[in-house]
Amino acid sequence: MTEYKSGSNLEKVLTAGHFAFTGECGPPKGANADHLKKKFAYLKGNVDCVNMTDNQTAVVRMSSLAGSALMVAEGLEPNFQMVCRDRNRLAMMSDILGAYALGVRNMLCLSGDHQTFGNHPEAKNVHDIDSMQLIAMVKKMRDEGKFLNGEEIDVPPKMFIGAACNPFADPYEFRVHRLATKIAAGADFIQTQCIFNMEKFRDFMKKVVDMGLHEKCYILAGVTPMKNAGMANFMSKFVPGMDIPDSLIKRLKGVDKRDQAEEGIKFALEQIAEFKEMEGVAGIHLMAIEWEHKVPEIAERAGVLPRP
Amino acid sequence: MIVADRKSLDEILGMVADKDKILVLGCKGCVTVCNVGGLKEAEILAASMKIARKKAGQPLEIDTKALERQCDNEYVSQLADHVADYQAVVSMACGVGPQFLSEMYPDQVFFPGVNTTFFGGAVQHGVWEERCAGCGTCGIHLFGGLCPIARCAKSLLHGPCGGSSNGICEVHKDTACIWDAIVKKKMETGHLEDIVGVKPFKDWRTARDGGPRRSIREELVKGNI
Repeated sequence: MTEYKSGSNLEKVLTAGHFAFTGECGPPKGANADHLKKKFAYLKGNVDCVNMTDNQTAVVRMSSLAGSALMVAEGLEPNFQMVCRDRNRLAMMSDILGAYALGVRNMLCLSGDHQTFGNHPEAKNVHDIDSMQLIAMVKKMRDEGKFLNGEEIDVPPKMFIGAACNPFADPYEFRVHRLATKIAAGADFIQTQCIFNMEKFRDFMKKVVDMGLHEKCYILAGVTPMKNAGMANFMSKFVPGMDIPDSLIKRLKGVDKRDQAEEGIKFALEQIAEFKEMEGVAGIHLMAIEWEHKVPEIAERAGVLPRP
Repeated sequence: MIVADRKSLDEILGMVADKDKILVLGCKGCVTVCNVGGLKEAEILAASMKIARKKAGQPLEIDTKALERQCDNEYVSQLADHVADYQAVVSMACGVGPQFLSEMYPDQVFFPGVNTTFFGGAVQHGVWEERCAGCGTCGIHLFGGLCPIARCAKSLLHGPCGGSSNGICEVHKDTACIWDAIVKKKMETGHLEDIVGVKPFKDWRTARDGGPRRSIREELVKGNI
Protein backbone atom coordinates (compact mmCIF):
# COMPACT_ATOMS: atom_id res chain seq x y z
CA MET A 1 0.00 0.00 0.00
CA THR A 2 1.28 3.45 -0.88
CA GLU A 3 2.18 5.59 2.09
CA TYR A 4 0.83 9.07 1.39
CA LYS A 5 2.13 12.30 2.86
CA SER A 6 -1.32 13.80 3.05
CA GLY A 7 -3.68 11.41 1.33
CA SER A 8 -5.18 14.27 -0.70
CA ASN A 9 -6.84 13.51 -4.01
CA LEU A 10 -4.20 15.58 -5.80
CA GLU A 11 -1.42 13.58 -4.18
CA LYS A 12 -3.11 10.31 -5.14
CA VAL A 13 -3.63 11.44 -8.75
CA LEU A 14 0.00 12.52 -9.12
CA THR A 15 1.45 9.54 -7.29
CA ALA A 16 -0.50 7.19 -9.55
CA GLY A 17 1.15 8.86 -12.52
CA HIS A 18 -1.95 10.54 -13.92
CA PHE A 19 -1.66 13.88 -15.70
CA ALA A 20 -3.10 16.27 -13.08
CA PHE A 21 -5.64 18.95 -13.86
CA THR A 22 -6.23 21.56 -11.14
CA GLY A 23 -8.49 24.60 -11.14
CA GLU A 24 -8.77 27.88 -9.33
CA CYS A 25 -11.54 29.83 -7.66
CA GLY A 26 -11.37 33.31 -6.19
CA PRO A 27 -13.52 33.87 -3.11
CA PRO A 28 -16.15 36.65 -3.28
CA LYS A 29 -15.70 40.26 -2.20
CA GLY A 30 -18.20 39.62 0.53
CA ALA A 31 -19.72 36.81 2.52
CA ASN A 32 -21.70 35.52 -0.46
CA ALA A 33 -21.30 31.79 -0.01
CA ASP A 34 -24.01 31.07 -2.58
CA HIS A 35 -21.96 32.77 -5.29
CA LEU A 36 -19.02 30.59 -4.34
CA LYS A 37 -21.13 27.43 -4.46
CA LYS A 38 -22.28 28.33 -7.98
CA LYS A 39 -18.66 28.55 -9.09
CA PHE A 40 -17.88 25.22 -7.39
CA ALA A 41 -20.53 23.53 -9.51
CA TYR A 42 -18.54 24.31 -12.69
CA LEU A 43 -15.39 22.82 -11.21
CA LYS A 44 -16.75 19.72 -9.51
CA GLY A 45 -15.72 16.55 -11.29
CA ASN A 46 -13.68 18.49 -13.86
CA VAL A 47 -10.53 19.12 -11.84
CA ASP A 48 -8.50 17.23 -9.19
CA CYS A 49 -8.44 20.10 -6.73
CA VAL A 50 -9.23 23.79 -6.71
CA ASN A 51 -6.95 26.59 -5.53
CA MET A 52 -8.71 28.92 -3.11
CA THR A 53 -6.87 32.21 -3.48
CA ASP A 54 -5.77 34.29 -0.49
CA ASN A 55 -6.65 37.97 -0.93
CA GLN A 56 -5.19 37.75 -4.42
CA THR A 57 -3.69 40.93 -5.90
CA ALA A 58 -3.96 42.24 -2.31
CA VAL A 59 -7.69 42.84 -2.65
CA VAL A 60 -9.76 41.95 0.42
CA ARG A 61 -12.01 38.94 -0.09
CA MET A 62 -13.56 36.18 1.96
CA SER A 63 -10.71 34.33 3.69
CA SER A 64 -9.11 31.46 1.79
CA LEU A 65 -9.51 29.30 4.89
CA ALA A 66 -13.28 29.85 5.01
CA GLY A 67 -13.52 29.41 1.23
CA SER A 68 -11.58 26.15 1.48
CA ALA A 69 -13.86 24.88 4.26
CA LEU A 70 -16.95 25.74 2.17
CA MET A 71 -15.37 23.81 -0.66
CA VAL A 72 -14.79 20.74 1.49
CA ALA A 73 -18.44 20.90 2.57
CA GLU A 74 -19.49 20.87 -1.10
CA GLY A 75 -17.41 17.77 -1.80
CA LEU A 76 -14.58 19.48 -3.69
CA GLU A 77 -10.93 19.29 -2.77
CA PRO A 78 -9.35 22.68 -2.02
CA ASN A 79 -5.78 23.79 -2.44
CA PHE A 80 -5.65 26.32 0.39
CA GLN A 81 -3.48 29.29 -0.59
CA MET A 82 -1.58 31.16 2.08
CA VAL A 83 0.45 34.33 1.62
CA CYS A 84 3.13 35.74 3.93
CA ARG A 85 1.86 39.30 3.54
CA ASP A 86 -1.06 39.15 5.95
CA ARG A 87 -0.08 36.78 8.75
CA ASN A 88 2.83 36.27 11.11
CA ARG A 89 4.08 32.78 12.01
CA LEU A 90 1.58 32.43 14.86
CA ALA A 91 -1.42 33.15 12.65
CA MET A 92 -0.01 30.95 9.89
CA MET A 93 0.52 27.89 12.06
CA SER A 94 -2.85 28.39 13.71
CA ASP A 95 -4.63 28.66 10.33
CA ILE A 96 -2.79 25.60 9.01
CA LEU A 97 -4.04 23.58 12.00
CA GLY A 98 -7.53 25.00 11.53
CA ALA A 99 -7.50 24.21 7.82
CA TYR A 100 -6.43 20.63 8.46
CA ALA A 101 -9.12 20.19 11.12
CA LEU A 102 -11.68 21.42 8.56
CA GLY A 103 -10.61 18.81 6.04
CA VAL A 104 -8.04 20.71 3.96
CA ARG A 105 -5.22 18.49 2.68
CA ASN A 106 -3.34 20.65 0.13
CA MET A 107 -1.86 24.06 0.53
CA LEU A 108 0.04 26.51 -1.62
CA CYS A 109 2.74 28.63 0.02
CA LEU A 110 3.17 32.12 -1.45
CA SER A 111 4.81 35.46 -0.67
CA GLY A 112 1.74 37.42 -1.77
CA ASP A 113 1.30 40.41 -4.05
CA HIS A 114 2.45 43.63 -2.44
CA GLN A 115 -0.38 45.54 -0.81
CA THR A 116 0.25 48.64 -2.92
CA PHE A 117 -1.39 46.78 -5.82
CA GLY A 118 -4.56 46.12 -3.88
CA ASN A 119 -7.53 48.02 -2.52
CA HIS A 120 -6.00 48.86 0.86
CA PRO A 121 -2.57 50.20 -0.12
CA GLU A 122 -2.34 51.97 3.26
CA ALA A 123 -2.05 48.60 5.02
CA LYS A 124 1.00 47.44 6.97
CA ASN A 125 2.45 44.19 5.63
CA VAL A 126 3.81 41.38 7.75
CA HIS A 127 6.44 39.22 5.98
CA ASP A 128 7.53 37.70 9.27
CA ILE A 129 8.68 34.70 7.20
CA ASP A 130 8.86 34.31 3.42
CA SER A 131 7.38 31.73 1.08
CA MET A 132 10.51 29.54 1.21
CA GLN A 133 10.32 29.41 5.00
CA LEU A 134 6.56 28.84 4.90
CA ILE A 135 7.18 25.70 2.84
CA ALA A 136 9.79 24.54 5.37
CA MET A 137 7.44 25.33 8.25
CA VAL A 138 4.53 23.31 6.83
CA LYS A 139 6.92 20.42 6.21
CA LYS A 140 8.21 20.57 9.77
CA MET A 141 4.67 20.62 11.12
CA ARG A 142 3.75 17.63 8.94
CA ASP A 143 6.86 15.45 9.09
CA GLU A 144 8.20 16.22 12.56
CA GLY A 145 4.85 16.99 14.15
CA LYS A 146 6.36 20.09 15.67
CA PHE A 147 5.73 23.81 15.79
CA LEU A 148 8.55 26.12 14.75
CA ASN A 149 9.65 26.41 18.36
CA GLY A 150 10.03 22.63 18.59
CA GLU A 151 6.92 21.98 20.69
CA GLU A 152 4.91 18.88 19.83
CA ILE A 153 1.72 19.28 17.83
CA ASP A 154 -1.29 17.32 19.04
CA VAL A 155 -2.40 15.83 15.66
CA PRO A 156 -0.03 17.31 13.08
CA PRO A 157 -1.49 18.74 9.86
CA LYS A 158 -0.68 16.34 7.02
CA MET A 159 -0.60 18.72 4.10
CA PHE A 160 0.45 18.11 0.50
CA ILE A 161 2.76 21.08 0.09
CA GLY A 162 2.59 23.29 -2.96
CA ALA A 163 4.63 26.27 -4.09
CA ALA A 164 4.60 28.68 -6.99
CA CYS A 165 7.22 29.35 -9.62
CA ASN A 166 7.43 32.15 -12.12
CA PRO A 167 9.90 31.19 -14.86
CA PHE A 168 9.29 34.54 -16.56
CA ALA A 169 10.50 36.86 -13.82
CA ASP A 170 14.08 38.11 -13.72
CA PRO A 171 16.86 37.23 -13.41
CA TYR A 172 15.93 34.27 -15.62
CA GLU A 173 19.13 32.25 -15.03
CA PHE A 174 18.38 32.14 -11.31
CA ARG A 175 14.75 30.97 -11.57
CA VAL A 176 15.54 27.29 -11.84
CA HIS A 177 17.79 27.55 -8.77
CA ARG A 178 15.03 29.25 -6.81
CA LEU A 179 12.72 26.42 -7.83
CA ALA A 180 15.31 23.91 -6.64
CA THR A 181 15.44 25.68 -3.26
CA LYS A 182 11.65 25.47 -2.94
CA ILE A 183 11.81 21.75 -3.62
CA ALA A 184 14.65 21.32 -1.12
CA ALA A 185 12.59 23.27 1.42
CA GLY A 186 9.81 20.71 1.07
CA ALA A 187 7.54 21.50 -1.89
CA ASP A 188 5.74 18.37 -3.14
CA PHE A 189 4.22 20.11 -6.12
CA ILE A 190 4.70 23.32 -8.05
CA GLN A 191 2.13 25.40 -9.88
CA THR A 192 3.74 27.80 -12.30
CA GLN A 193 2.72 31.33 -13.11
CA CYS A 194 0.49 31.65 -16.23
CA ILE A 195 2.51 30.59 -19.21
CA PHE A 196 2.14 32.43 -22.52
CA ASN A 197 5.70 32.50 -23.77
CA MET A 198 6.02 28.85 -24.80
CA GLU A 199 9.53 29.19 -26.19
CA LYS A 200 10.88 30.44 -22.89
CA PHE A 201 8.97 27.80 -20.94
CA ARG A 202 10.37 25.01 -23.11
CA ASP A 203 13.86 26.26 -22.33
CA PHE A 204 13.01 26.53 -18.63
CA MET A 205 11.69 22.96 -18.47
CA LYS A 206 14.81 21.73 -20.19
CA LYS A 207 16.84 23.26 -17.36
CA VAL A 208 14.45 21.72 -14.81
CA VAL A 209 14.84 18.28 -16.37
CA ASP A 210 18.62 18.66 -16.68
CA MET A 211 18.78 19.30 -12.94
CA GLY A 212 16.45 16.35 -12.28
CA LEU A 213 13.98 18.54 -10.40
CA HIS A 214 10.96 16.94 -12.09
CA GLU A 215 11.88 13.69 -10.35
CA LYS A 216 11.77 15.29 -6.92
CA CYS A 217 8.59 17.28 -7.32
CA TYR A 218 5.45 17.41 -9.52
CA ILE A 219 5.39 20.42 -11.79
CA LEU A 220 2.03 21.70 -12.98
CA ALA A 221 2.08 24.16 -15.86
CA GLY A 222 -0.05 27.27 -15.38
CA VAL A 223 -2.59 27.99 -18.11
CA THR A 224 -4.90 31.00 -18.33
CA PRO A 225 -7.24 31.25 -21.31
CA MET A 226 -7.44 34.82 -22.62
CA LYS A 227 -10.96 36.18 -22.89
CA ASN A 228 -9.99 38.78 -25.48
CA ALA A 229 -7.11 40.89 -26.81
CA GLY A 230 -7.88 43.59 -24.22
CA MET A 231 -7.21 41.15 -21.38
CA ALA A 232 -3.90 40.14 -22.97
CA ASN A 233 -2.92 43.78 -23.33
CA PHE A 234 -3.88 44.60 -19.77
CA MET A 235 -2.02 41.65 -18.28
CA SER A 236 1.03 42.42 -20.35
CA LYS A 237 1.15 46.02 -19.17
CA PHE A 238 -0.13 45.93 -15.60
CA VAL A 239 0.33 42.49 -14.05
CA PRO A 240 3.85 42.14 -12.61
CA GLY A 241 5.86 39.17 -13.80
CA MET A 242 3.74 38.43 -16.90
CA ASP A 243 5.43 37.59 -20.16
CA ILE A 244 2.91 37.82 -22.99
CA PRO A 245 4.42 37.64 -26.47
CA ASP A 246 3.24 40.16 -29.04
CA SER A 247 2.44 37.22 -31.32
CA LEU A 248 -0.34 36.12 -28.97
CA ILE A 249 -1.83 39.61 -28.73
CA LYS A 250 -1.61 39.84 -32.53
CA ARG A 251 -3.30 36.46 -32.90
CA LEU A 252 -6.21 37.51 -30.68
CA LYS A 253 -6.53 40.87 -32.46
CA GLY A 254 -6.47 39.05 -35.77
CA VAL A 255 -9.93 37.60 -35.29
CA ASP A 256 -13.30 39.29 -34.95
CA LYS A 257 -14.02 40.58 -31.41
CA ARG A 258 -16.83 38.02 -31.01
CA ASP A 259 -14.39 35.22 -31.77
CA GLN A 260 -11.52 36.34 -29.54
CA ALA A 261 -12.68 34.23 -26.56
CA GLU A 262 -12.71 31.13 -28.74
CA GLU A 263 -9.27 32.01 -30.07
CA GLY A 264 -8.03 32.40 -26.48
CA ILE A 265 -9.39 28.97 -25.58
CA LYS A 266 -7.85 27.46 -28.72
CA PHE A 267 -4.43 28.79 -27.69
CA ALA A 268 -4.89 27.33 -24.20
CA LEU A 269 -5.86 23.95 -25.69
CA GLU A 270 -2.78 23.96 -27.91
CA GLN A 271 -0.68 24.69 -24.83
CA ILE A 272 -2.29 21.86 -22.87
CA ALA A 273 -1.68 19.44 -25.75
CA GLU A 274 1.99 20.38 -25.75
CA PHE A 275 2.32 20.21 -21.96
CA LYS A 276 0.92 16.67 -21.99
CA GLU A 277 3.93 15.66 -24.06
CA MET A 278 6.53 17.90 -22.44
CA GLU A 279 9.12 16.13 -20.32
CA GLY A 280 8.90 17.06 -16.66
CA VAL A 281 5.36 18.46 -16.75
CA ALA A 282 3.10 16.45 -14.44
CA GLY A 283 -0.11 18.31 -15.05
CA ILE A 284 -1.94 21.57 -15.72
CA HIS A 285 -3.06 24.27 -13.36
CA LEU A 286 -5.93 26.03 -15.10
CA MET A 287 -6.52 29.58 -13.92
CA ALA A 288 -9.71 30.58 -15.69
CA ILE A 289 -9.93 33.99 -14.03
CA GLU A 290 -13.61 34.83 -13.40
CA TRP A 291 -14.38 32.35 -16.14
CA GLU A 292 -15.07 29.27 -14.04
CA HIS A 293 -18.13 28.39 -16.17
CA LYS A 294 -15.79 27.73 -19.10
CA VAL A 295 -13.83 25.06 -17.18
CA PRO A 296 -16.13 22.11 -18.08
CA GLU A 297 -15.82 22.99 -21.79
CA ILE A 298 -12.04 23.46 -21.62
CA ALA A 299 -11.56 20.20 -19.68
CA GLU A 300 -13.73 18.35 -22.19
CA ARG A 301 -11.97 19.77 -25.23
CA ALA A 302 -8.53 19.25 -23.64
CA GLY A 303 -9.35 15.56 -23.34
CA VAL A 304 -8.64 15.40 -19.60
CA LEU A 305 -12.06 14.00 -18.65
CA PRO A 306 -13.13 11.96 -16.86
CA ARG A 307 -10.86 12.75 -13.93
CA PRO A 308 -9.35 9.73 -12.15
CA MET B 1 22.38 58.65 8.91
CA ILE B 2 18.75 59.26 9.78
CA VAL B 3 17.00 60.80 6.80
CA ALA B 4 13.96 63.02 7.00
CA ASP B 5 11.69 65.13 4.79
CA ARG B 6 10.39 68.54 5.75
CA LYS B 7 6.70 68.72 6.51
CA SER B 8 4.73 71.04 4.25
CA LEU B 9 4.57 74.70 5.16
CA ASP B 10 0.78 74.44 5.47
CA GLU B 11 0.99 71.58 7.95
CA ILE B 12 3.52 73.41 10.10
CA LEU B 13 1.52 76.67 9.93
CA GLY B 14 -1.54 74.67 10.99
CA MET B 15 0.26 73.32 14.05
CA VAL B 16 1.09 76.79 15.34
CA ALA B 17 -1.99 78.60 14.05
CA ASP B 18 -2.93 79.85 17.53
CA LYS B 19 0.61 80.84 18.55
CA ASP B 20 2.18 84.30 18.24
CA LYS B 21 5.75 83.57 19.28
CA ILE B 22 7.64 80.41 18.48
CA LEU B 23 11.11 78.95 18.16
CA VAL B 24 12.21 76.90 15.16
CA LEU B 25 14.91 74.64 16.49
CA GLY B 26 17.38 72.96 14.14
CA CYS B 27 19.72 70.06 14.87
CA LYS B 28 23.33 69.86 13.72
CA GLY B 29 23.26 66.07 13.45
CA CYS B 30 21.87 63.87 10.67
CA VAL B 31 19.20 66.34 9.55
CA THR B 32 21.88 68.94 8.83
CA VAL B 33 23.78 66.43 6.70
CA CYS B 34 20.65 65.55 4.74
CA ASN B 35 19.81 69.23 4.32
CA VAL B 36 16.46 69.19 6.00
CA GLY B 37 16.73 70.40 9.57
CA GLY B 38 19.94 72.32 10.21
CA LEU B 39 20.22 75.99 11.08
CA LYS B 40 19.98 77.00 7.43
CA GLU B 41 16.77 75.07 6.89
CA ALA B 42 15.34 76.36 10.18
CA GLU B 43 15.96 79.92 8.98
CA ILE B 44 14.38 79.24 5.60
CA LEU B 45 11.30 77.75 7.27
CA ALA B 46 11.07 80.63 9.72
CA ALA B 47 11.22 83.19 6.89
CA SER B 48 8.50 81.39 4.95
CA MET B 49 6.27 81.16 8.00
CA LYS B 50 6.75 84.83 8.79
CA ILE B 51 5.76 85.86 5.28
CA ALA B 52 2.72 83.56 5.26
CA ARG B 53 1.48 84.77 8.63
CA LYS B 54 2.03 88.42 7.75
CA LYS B 55 0.07 87.91 4.55
CA ALA B 56 -2.73 86.34 6.55
CA GLY B 57 -2.82 89.40 8.82
CA GLN B 58 -1.66 87.46 11.84
CA PRO B 59 2.05 88.20 12.27
CA LEU B 60 4.22 85.62 13.96
CA GLU B 61 7.35 86.26 15.97
CA ILE B 62 9.93 83.58 15.29
CA ASP B 63 13.43 82.93 16.54
CA THR B 64 15.74 80.29 15.17
CA LYS B 65 18.45 78.26 16.79
CA ALA B 66 20.22 74.94 16.28
CA LEU B 67 21.49 72.55 18.93
CA GLU B 68 24.57 70.43 18.45
CA ARG B 69 22.25 67.42 18.74
CA GLN B 70 18.71 67.03 19.97
CA CYS B 71 19.25 63.39 20.90
CA ASP B 72 21.57 64.12 23.78
CA ASN B 73 20.42 65.65 27.06
CA GLU B 74 23.73 67.45 27.43
CA TYR B 75 22.80 69.65 24.46
CA VAL B 76 19.03 69.67 25.01
CA SER B 77 19.66 71.22 28.44
CA GLN B 78 21.24 74.24 26.75
CA LEU B 79 17.72 75.41 25.95
CA ALA B 80 16.73 75.70 29.62
CA ASP B 81 17.07 79.49 29.86
CA HIS B 82 15.04 80.26 26.73
CA VAL B 83 12.49 77.53 26.32
CA ALA B 84 9.80 79.34 28.34
CA ASP B 85 10.10 82.46 26.15
CA TYR B 86 7.99 80.82 23.43
CA GLN B 87 4.45 79.55 23.08
CA ALA B 88 5.68 76.58 21.08
CA VAL B 89 8.82 75.09 19.55
CA VAL B 90 9.05 73.49 16.10
CA SER B 91 11.82 70.91 16.15
CA MET B 92 13.59 70.24 12.89
CA ALA B 93 15.32 67.13 14.25
CA CYS B 94 14.33 63.54 13.55
CA GLY B 95 11.61 62.02 15.71
CA VAL B 96 14.07 61.66 18.57
CA GLY B 97 14.46 65.43 19.02
CA PRO B 98 10.91 66.48 19.93
CA GLN B 99 10.78 63.61 22.42
CA PHE B 100 14.01 64.45 24.23
CA LEU B 101 12.77 68.04 24.34
CA SER B 102 9.30 67.06 25.60
CA GLU B 103 10.81 64.85 28.28
CA MET B 104 13.14 67.57 29.56
CA TYR B 105 10.63 70.44 29.27
CA PRO B 106 7.20 69.00 30.04
CA ASP B 107 5.56 72.44 30.21
CA GLN B 108 6.46 73.38 26.64
CA VAL B 109 4.81 72.18 23.41
CA PHE B 110 7.10 70.73 20.74
CA PHE B 111 5.93 70.15 17.18
CA PRO B 112 7.77 67.98 14.64
CA GLY B 113 8.82 70.04 11.62
CA VAL B 114 9.99 67.00 9.66
CA ASN B 115 8.82 63.48 8.88
CA THR B 116 11.56 61.02 9.81
CA THR B 117 11.80 58.47 7.01
CA PHE B 118 14.70 56.02 7.15
CA PHE B 119 18.34 55.11 7.83
CA GLY B 120 20.18 55.71 4.61
CA GLY B 121 22.66 57.72 2.66
CA ALA B 122 23.00 60.07 -0.31
CA VAL B 123 23.37 58.23 -3.61
CA GLN B 124 23.72 61.50 -5.48
CA HIS B 125 23.42 65.16 -4.62
CA GLY B 126 19.88 65.63 -3.35
CA VAL B 127 18.87 61.96 -3.44
CA TRP B 128 18.85 59.72 -0.37
CA GLU B 129 18.03 56.04 -0.25
CA GLU B 130 17.18 53.59 2.52
CA ARG B 131 19.83 51.05 3.44
CA CYS B 132 19.05 49.77 6.94
CA ALA B 133 15.88 48.71 8.76
CA GLY B 134 17.50 48.60 12.19
CA CYS B 135 16.37 45.00 12.76
CA GLY B 136 19.00 44.47 15.44
CA THR B 137 20.59 41.34 13.92
CA CYS B 138 22.77 42.32 10.99
CA GLY B 139 23.30 39.68 8.31
CA ILE B 140 24.36 41.88 5.41
CA HIS B 141 27.39 39.67 4.74
CA LEU B 142 25.06 36.78 3.90
CA PHE B 143 23.64 38.70 0.96
CA GLY B 144 26.69 40.08 -0.78
CA GLY B 145 26.71 43.20 1.35
CA LEU B 146 23.18 44.20 0.37
CA CYS B 147 20.32 44.12 2.89
CA PRO B 148 17.07 42.50 1.71
CA ILE B 149 15.31 43.26 5.00
CA ALA B 150 15.52 46.99 4.34
CA ARG B 151 15.65 47.00 0.56
CA CYS B 152 13.21 44.31 -0.59
CA ALA B 153 9.59 45.50 -0.42
CA LYS B 154 8.66 42.13 1.07
CA SER B 155 11.87 41.71 3.15
CA LEU B 156 12.40 38.34 1.46
CA LEU B 157 15.30 36.21 2.62
CA HIS B 158 14.93 34.07 -0.51
CA GLY B 159 14.24 36.38 -3.41
CA PRO B 160 13.67 37.64 -5.95
CA CYS B 161 9.89 37.30 -6.01
CA GLY B 162 7.93 36.78 -9.20
CA GLY B 163 7.52 40.51 -9.71
CA SER B 164 11.17 41.30 -10.37
CA SER B 165 11.54 42.64 -13.89
CA ASN B 166 14.73 43.86 -15.55
CA GLY B 167 16.30 44.62 -12.20
CA ILE B 168 13.34 46.74 -11.10
CA CYS B 169 11.03 46.12 -8.14
CA GLU B 170 7.36 45.60 -8.99
CA VAL B 171 6.34 48.05 -6.30
CA HIS B 172 8.07 51.20 -7.60
CA LYS B 173 9.47 51.67 -11.06
CA ASP B 174 12.30 53.79 -9.65
CA THR B 175 13.35 51.18 -7.08
CA ALA B 176 15.99 48.62 -7.89
CA CYS B 177 15.15 44.99 -7.09
CA ILE B 178 17.80 44.34 -4.48
CA TRP B 179 17.44 40.58 -4.96
CA ASP B 180 18.28 40.99 -8.62
CA ALA B 181 21.51 42.68 -7.52
CA ILE B 182 22.22 40.05 -4.84
CA VAL B 183 21.68 37.16 -7.27
CA LYS B 184 23.79 38.74 -10.01
CA LYS B 185 26.62 39.42 -7.60
CA LYS B 186 26.55 35.85 -6.27
CA MET B 187 26.44 34.41 -9.79
CA GLU B 188 29.25 36.63 -11.07
CA THR B 189 31.48 35.81 -8.13
CA GLY B 190 30.67 32.08 -8.28
CA HIS B 191 29.01 31.95 -4.87
CA LEU B 192 25.52 30.88 -5.83
CA GLU B 193 25.55 28.28 -3.06
CA ASP B 194 25.28 31.13 -0.53
CA ILE B 195 21.70 31.86 -1.54
CA VAL B 196 20.20 28.52 -2.53
CA GLY B 197 19.67 27.06 0.94
CA VAL B 198 16.79 27.79 3.31
CA LYS B 199 17.89 30.51 5.71
CA PRO B 200 17.11 30.28 9.44
CA PHE B 201 13.88 31.93 10.54
CA LYS B 202 14.59 35.47 11.61
CA ASP B 203 14.35 36.32 15.28
CA TRP B 204 12.49 39.61 15.29
CA ARG B 205 12.89 40.17 19.02
CA THR B 206 15.90 42.37 18.31
CA ALA B 207 13.80 44.48 15.95
CA ARG B 208 10.98 46.82 16.95
CA ASP B 209 8.73 43.73 17.29
CA GLY B 210 10.40 42.93 20.61
CA GLY B 211 9.20 46.22 22.05
CA PRO B 212 11.08 49.54 22.41
CA ARG B 213 14.79 48.83 22.48
CA ARG B 214 17.57 49.84 24.80
CA SER B 215 21.30 49.67 24.36
CA ILE B 216 23.39 49.54 27.51
CA ARG B 217 27.17 49.72 27.58
CA GLU B 218 28.19 48.85 31.10
CA GLU B 219 31.68 50.32 30.88
CA LEU B 220 30.24 53.71 30.01
CA VAL B 221 27.49 53.49 32.60
CA LYS B 222 30.10 52.72 35.27
CA GLY B 223 32.19 55.62 34.08
CA ASN B 224 35.24 53.50 33.34
CA ILE B 225 35.61 55.03 29.88
